[in-house]
Amino acid sequence: MPVHHTFHNELEKLNQKLLTMVAMVEDRVRKAVTVIETHDEELVKSIIRSDYQIDDMEVEIEEDCLKIMALHQPVASDLRFLITVIKVNNEIERIGDMAVNIAKRVDVISQSTSVMKGAFDYSEMSEHVITMLKMSLDALVHRDAAMARQIFLIEDKVNTLRNQAYDAVVKMLSLYPEHPGCMINNYLLARHLERIADRATNIAEEVIYLVEGEIVRLR
Amino acid sequence: MSGKEEILSEVTTKALHKERETVGSPFVENPRMTCREVNVYYGDKKAINNVNIDIARNEVIAMIGPSGCGKSTFLRCLNRMNDTIEGCRVTGDLRLDGMDIHDKNVDVVPLRARVGMVFQKPNPFPKSIFDNVAYGPKIHGLAQNKAELDEIVERSLKKAGLWDEVKDRLTQPGTGLSGGQQQRLCIARAIAVSPEVILMDEPCSALDPIATARIEELIAELRQHYSIVIVTHSMQQAARVSQRTAYFHLGDLIEVGMTDRVFTNPRHQLTEDYITGRFG
Repeated sequence: MPVHHTFHNELEKLNQKLLTMVAMVEDRVRKAVTVIETHDEELVKSIIRSDYQIDDMEVEIEEDCLKIMALHQPVASDLRFLITVIKVNNEIERIGDMAVNIAKRVDVISQSTSVMKGAFDYSEMSEHVITMLKMSLDALVHRDAAMARQIFLIEDKVNTLRNQAYDAVVKMLSLYPEHPGCMINNYLLARHLERIADRATNIAEEVIYLVEGEIVRLR
Repeated sequence: MSGKEEILSEVTTKALHKERETVGSPFVENPRMTCREVNVYYGDKKAINNVNIDIARNEVIAMIGPSGCGKSTFLRCLNRMNDTIEGCRVTGDLRLDGMDIHDKNVDVVPLRARVGMVFQKPNPFPKSIFDNVAYGPKIHGLAQNKAELDEIVERSLKKAGLWDEVKDRLTQPGTGLSGGQQQRLCIARAIAVSPEVILMDEPCSALDPIATARIEELIAELRQHYSIVIVTHSMQQAARVSQRTAYFHLGDLIEVGMTDRVFTNPRHQLTEDYITGRFG
C-alpha cells in the first residue's frame, strides 16, 4: 500500500489533466492539417476560437505542478514526472498555438484572389507531423522511451519536405509574382508544421528523461 | 556514428534492480573507514546482513531506510557501541585508517574519541557548559594545563557554532540551554577530543526547524575536518546535508550512491519505492 495517498492522488489527477490537454491539442492539429486541404472556413474559425481552452489548461497544469512541488517535495521518478509535465505542458501549449497559426495562414490563403493558392502539396508532410506528434504523445502516455527514440528519425523527413516546400514556393513566386502574400503564407504552413515536429521531438526527449533519468538532446 | 544514430542505438535499460545485493558505489578511494562483510545479530536474529561499505574522508554520508532496517544498528558498529548491548554480536571486518577496530588490543574508550557520536536526544552531562566540553580532553589527557584546556573548550564551542551564545555563561549548567543549543554542546563535546569520524543518530529529530537548520549548516562546516555518518528519517535532510546516501532495507544495504543521483534517479526498485513513499 502506498503511504502517501494524498500526494499520489495529486500526481494521478495531474496526469489525467495532462492527458486531457494532450488529447485536445492532438485534435486541434488534426483539424489544422485538414483545413490545409479543405480550406473549411467554419473549421478554421473553430480552431482559432477554441485556443483559449488550451491556454487556460496550461496555466492550471503549471499551477498544479508548482503546488505539488512546494507541498510534497517529490524525488526520484515523481520528481522526474513533475519536471516532465512542466516542460511538456509548455510544448503542448505551443503546439496548440501552431495549430492556430496554420488556421490563420489558411484563412489568409483562402481570401487571396490568386489563381494559384496551393504552391505545395502538404499531405505527406502533414502525415509525418501527425505521426510524430501521435508517437511522442503515445510514448508519454505509455512511458515508452524506445518509441520516443524512433521519433528522431521521422524529423529528418519533415525537414526535407520543408526544404522542398521552400523551393516550390520560390518557384511559384517567380511564376505568379502578383500575389506574394499568398505564397509567403503558403511557405509559413511548412514552417508551422516543422515547428510542431520540433516540439514533438522535444516531448520525446522529455519522455526519455522521465523513463531513464538521462537528459538527451538531439540538436 | 551520427548523434541520431547514437541515441537510437542506446538500449532502453532502465529496468530497476530488484535483487538484494548492494547497487551503486559503496567503495571509495582512500577511505577513512572500511566495513567488509559486516553482520550483526541480536541473539539468534540477524539485524545486519553482510554489509560492505567505505566511509570517505571529509564526506557526509546519510543512512536512510524504514524503521527497523538496521541503519542505527550499523552506525553503532562503527565505534563499537553495540558492545554495550547484551546479546548483540558483530562479525566482519571494520577498520579505521586500516586499524581493525575489533582487534583485542583496541581500547574502546580512545576508539570512541576517534569515532565520536551524537545522539537523537541531546544528552549533556549534568555539569557546567565548560565541563561538558572539557570532560573528554581531561580524561584523554589532551591538555597539559588549564590554558590549553580553555583553548580546546573555546575552539570546540566555536566549531560547534555555540561560542558566541555561551561564552559569558560557561559555568552555568549545560542542561539549561535550549534543545538546539544542547545538541550543539554535544557536538562540541564530540569535537573536543579531536575525532576523525562523527556518527550522528537522528541528531535533529528533537529539534525545531530553525535549530535543525543550524545543525545542518554546522554539519556542512564540520565536513571540512571530519567524516560524518548521519542516520536520519528525514529524506529532505539526507538530501540537504550529505554527499552520498546509503539505503538500508531489512538489514541489507540496498543502494549507495551520490545523493543527487539517488534522489533523482535511484537504481534499485526498493530505494525508488521508499523515497517516493510507495513502500509498505
